[in-house]
Amino acid sequence: MSENKYKDLEDLAKDIRKKTIDSIGFLGVGHIGGAMSIADLLTILYYRKMHVDPSNPKMEDRDKLVLSKGHAGPALYSTLAQKGFFPEQWLRTLNVGGTNLPSHCDMNRTPGIDMTTGSLGQGLSSAIGLALAMRLDKSERNVFAIIGDGESQEGQNWEAAMTASQFRLNKLIAFTDYNKMQIDGYTSEIMSIDDPEAKWKAFGWNTDRVNGHSFAELDAAIDRARESKDKPTMIIMDTIKGKGCSFAEGVITNHNMAFTYEQAKEAIEALG
Amino acid sequence: MSDKDMRDVYTETLMEMADADQRICVLEADLMRATGTGSFKDKFPERAFNVGVAEANMVGVASGLSAGGKIPWAATFGCFAARRSYDQFFISANYAQQNVKLVGTDPGVTAAFNGGTHMPFEDTGLMRCIPGLVIFEPCDSVSLKSLIRQATEHKGSTYMRLQRKGKYTLYGESDEIVLGKGNVLKEGEDLTIIASGYVMVPEALAAAEMLADEGINARVIDMHTVKPLDRKLVVESAEKTGAVLVCENHQKKGGLFSAVAECLGEEYPAPVAAVAVEDQFGQVGTLEYLKEAYGFTKENIAEKAKALIKRK
Ligand SMILES: Cc1ncc(C[n+]2csc(CCOP(=O)(O)OP(=O)(O)O)c2C)c(N)n1
Ligand SMILES: [Mg+2]
Repeated sequence: MSENKYKDLEDLAKDIRKKTIDSIGFLGVGHIGGAMSIADLLTILYYRKMHVDPSNPKMEDRDKLVLSKGHAGPALYSTLAQKGFFPEQWLRTLNVGGTNLPSHCDMNRTPGIDMTTGSLGQGLSSAIGLALAMRLDKSERNVFAIIGDGESQEGQNWEAAMTASQFRLNKLIAFTDYNKMQIDGYTSEIMSIDDPEAKWKAFGWNTDRVNGHSFAELDAAIDRARESKDKPTMIIMDTIKGKGCSFAEGVITNHNMAFTYEQAKEAIEALG
Repeated sequence: MSDKDMRDVYTETLMEMADADQRICVLEADLMRATGTGSFKDKFPERAFNVGVAEANMVGVASGLSAGGKIPWAATFGCFAARRSYDQFFISANYAQQNVKLVGTDPGVTAAFNGGTHMPFEDTGLMRCIPGLVIFEPCDSVSLKSLIRQATEHKGSTYMRLQRKGKYTLYGESDEIVLGKGNVLKEGEDLTIIASGYVMVPEALAAAEMLADEGINARVIDMHTVKPLDRKLVVESAEKTGAVLVCENHQKKGGLFSAVAECLGEEYPAPVAAVAVEDQFGQVGTLEYLKEAYGFTKENIAEKAKALIKRK
């Protein structure tokens, strides 16, 4: 058996999950489901793929991320704190009046956040704008964007889909967090987005399909996307909503859950 | 006292009406769990449409349902109802003279933990610019039920600001609540406090009590209907008390304060003031924190009232 190339990422992702459960649990309510499903992606992006500097969050010529499903902010905050963008103690201020860590991502409040989001459907267009600006600045960096599967129902995504391929934005690498759930239930039962690969392909994108909890698959897919010469890439990630949070994983009502700090502690312990 | 959350009253009222009226439909954009219309869907599955996270689409579909003879009640957070689907509501529903009952939930500071992106301080203002639109914001469960029924009977589109969570009963079952007419909750001669909605009406009443302790008698009005405004009551109040303080869970521009100030400017100039959000965006926090941050407290209302009286 070959050595596990991803042991470090596995540990880092586990810590990000623990921090996320802790910060939401400390407050008592929050978007646990959609935060946990992207923890692995955030880990590999910030620890292996993105060119960023925690001591200089606004560094020129860095890679950028638009977390269009902005309600998953708490997972990104844990990642950024762990990377050293800001003190980890901040995580306990989630949603407290005057905080720098509001429920939805705010580029003017949180070091390391590249775009303000929260109104679903807007982030991909913003990511396109960032990619166009980078092109004008002759940058070779990437713009990453993460959208939800429920979020994909917003029509603006499909306007953006056409725009990115029309402008040949090969530096744009997007992910659909295909956790199969949204607030009101299973995405297939509310408003199906199937077949996502066929849809994005039809709009002129490269597509890939990976297990969003497999570092090996994410690693390979991101590298493939980086080689694209003239097309944006959409990586459809099969994920589990609530992944790694014992009381939330796969639970249909896990979108915005109230839970006690006791429950949080148990879930953190269960992660080992 | 009602033991029901405002949202449960919303759903229950729609279900009562839907029993008798086949035209009533419910639309949601992935917030059915939040609005609480799931029981409507259970009972009338063929008349409940969840379009997914797609508010503009929802209002467009509602407009088509209306054009097809139905009476659609469509709900989403107020920020998205007003901002996301404004053009669809403007054109397909209102310009086309359709009968779409749009509901914006979690008005103003009640968006709380959802923060600045979700905190509508502008929805009433945007909506007031749509010709002929009826706009209302019930403060309690009794007026909510009554006004939903009246809005359903009204031929034309309406916009309702709906408090989702929380219980409050102000009116008795026999109190008369009429769409387009304000309710005088307390008489007084020193100034008039005009308030709207679940956050501000109770706060205004509490402020009036504080003022009474200091010998200041405020007339208090629940102005649940912002458009058409009860101009007669506004002018009569200004004549009677000489000053009008407007309290709304909205920014100062475009909403109830604007409506009242426009009316008085035209018909009976008198000192006016507002307890409302200045030129600011929303932010994250508990309801209590936000009420404090934006001055939506009885103490601040009483302060503003006293300052206003000095301008008489
Ligand atoms: C424009 C807009 N409409 C509605 C909402 C409320 N909302 C927040 S998350 C969500 C469901 C999103 O589902 P999905 O994209 O699948 O998110 P995930 O499962 O990754 O948490 C909704 C409807 C919003 N934030 N923005
Ligand atoms: Mg989802």
